[in-house]
Amino acid sequence: MNQHKKEITLLKGNEAVAHAAIRCGCDGYFGYPITPQSEILETLTELEPWKTTGMVVLQAESEVASINMVYGAAGCGKRAMTTSSSPGISLMLEGISYLAGAQLPCVIVNVMRGGPGLGTIQPSQADYFQAVKGGGHGDYKMITLAPASVQEMADFTVLAFDLAFKYLTPTMILADGIIGQMMEKVVLPPYQPRRTEDEIKKECPWATLGKPADRKPNVINSLRLEAADMEKLNLLLQSRYREIEKEEVRFEEFDCEDADYIIVAFGICARICQKTVQLARAEGIKVGLIRPITLFPFPTKQINRYADRVKGMLTVEMNAGQMVEDVRLAVNGKTIVEYYGRMGGIVPAPDEVLIALKTKFSNIES
Amino acid sequence: MNISDIINPANLVYQKTKVMNDTPMHYCPGCSHGVVHKLIGEIIEEMDIQDKTIGIAPVGCAVLAYNFIDIDWQQAAHGRAPALATAVKRLLPDRYVFTYQGDGDLAAIGTAETIHACNRGENITIIFINNGIYGMTGGQMAPTTLKGMKSSTSPHGREVPINGYPLNISNLLAQMEGVCYVTRQSVHTMGSVRKAKKAIQKGFENSMLNKGTSIIEIVSTCSAGWKMTPAESNNWMVENMFPEYPMGDLKNI
Repeated sequence: MNQHKKEITLLKGNEAVAHAAIRCGCDGYFGYPITPQSEILETLTELEPWKTTGMVVLQAESEVASINMVYGAAGCGKRAMTTSSSPGISLMLEGISYLAGAQLPCVIVNVMRGGPGLGTIQPSQADYFQAVKGGGHGDYKMITLAPASVQEMADFTVLAFDLAFKYLTPTMILADGIIGQMMEKVVLPPYQPRRTEDEIKKECPWATLGKPADRKPNVINSLRLEAADMEKLNLLLQSRYREIEKEEVRFEEFDCEDADYIIVAFGICARICQKTVQLARAEGIKVGLIRPITLFPFPTKQINRYADRVKGMLTVEMNAGQMVEDVRLAVNGKTIVEYYGRMGGIVPAPDEVLIALKTKFSNIES
Repeated sequence: MNISDIINPANLVYQKTKVMNDTPMHYCPGCSHGVVHKLIGEIIEEMDIQDKTIGIAPVGCAVLAYNFIDIDWQQAAHGRAPALATAVKRLLPDRYVFTYQGDGDLAAIGTAETIHACNRGENITIIFINNGIYGMTGGQMAPTTLKGMKSSTSPHGREVPINGYPLNISNLLAQMEGVCYVTRQSVHTMGSVRKAKKAIQKGFENSMLNKGTSIIEIVSTCSAGWKMTPAESNNWMVENMFPEYPMGDLKNI
């Protein structure tokens, strides 16, 4: 195989995650079927990476078991991941909190569907709060990446592992049912071998690989019985989150420099709103778009930069208005921030968003 | 003869295993945990597998097992130890991986993880401490609490119409094809300690033979939770726990 030749292939977002995981040296995948993301487990079992890279793929008995298997694997310094959809992620939150508390790196993919409850299998973005505000118990954060294409499903799988190990934190890819299900051209990442045990020992001196005579036991743990010790752990985590906020903000902007109005949208909504921007500009309304790629860390400063220059901002979300709170915090009252969204699995259309923009900002003159 | 003639390596017949460290134990007088910890430490030393063993600690009194046994440990969420052990063993198949779990951890909140790890035949060793009570949280009713047995949440005794029956999970696990070894032991006499040690060692050895899961249930005392002296606890265990949870192998393939 010519490694230098770009391999372009047509894949579903879910399939791209599976291929990228194998290619980026993932050691273990543990998952449980749930629509709309079951293709990830299906693709992995079809590809049988245990015969090629040695990657372990296991269908667990539940999401609870899956996330705890990820904990066990991550505790050994291995690159471990799980994937699920909204109700399944709710079941994993205990484990995610433990992973955060134990400072374990791992990748979790949430291909969101409509809720609450059993909800629907149609796409949604209603787990924004759950992903970026904690979700599980205790003060913790997860780096949260929001892909808007199949290409990014592949790219972010690789990136998420790198970030997770850089900051010793669970990292989430917050996708939705459309990104998971739609097919697009994708250039898969190059193969990189799974790390050897010596490499793991070097990168993860804390990993539980068996205690040699010349070091103290390694203990993977989130328990601190002394309150003062627990506060110390919290302070360490918080300082790491501040570093992540400083170093890892990722976003994209389109047509913002001359914009009177800015739409803020992530994931599939950002793709839809690119069309809205075109429609608006065709009518002479100067609209721009900011797409947060990292939802935590949130591009607060990047949004604030435009707060004095625009007449208003509109968040477009497939939920009841969640990210709108973070955009309001970002502009800190300097401009009006409105929300438009659909819920329960309904996807907004570009023209519908334009109508919403005109309605919310009735002073718009085209 | 002076004291240095007596305390002489040549006269040494027994010593604390080096795999146990000097951290003062937090377990109550009469509790079985300390003895079982010591046995695990001795087995690891005798098999010379300290650098190849990874323990999974539970939630419960043994949550701090990693403070006493000098090996690499992972501390699991309540009941999830078999899930952690599954991943550790699958990713490090040449390591000895064991879980150490109480009855609440293994047979209540972690029932699903326990049954499915066993059903997959994970090559792990499960040490199951059954004292019929939640010790750490202050003596609440456990799935293995005996009929009529008092606890802080069954203060008038466990009533079957309200609380159901004592769960004999080892009998259940012994029926599973993925399981190669299930035994029920205790550590209340010198003889029983020696038998328990052999059983635990067998469980460790099995995990390298690709035979499936080994479960060593240790019927144990909780003198603080049972509100008895250590001696009374041992007697009470023999008279009341053993009829419900009889000693011996349930499965040995």
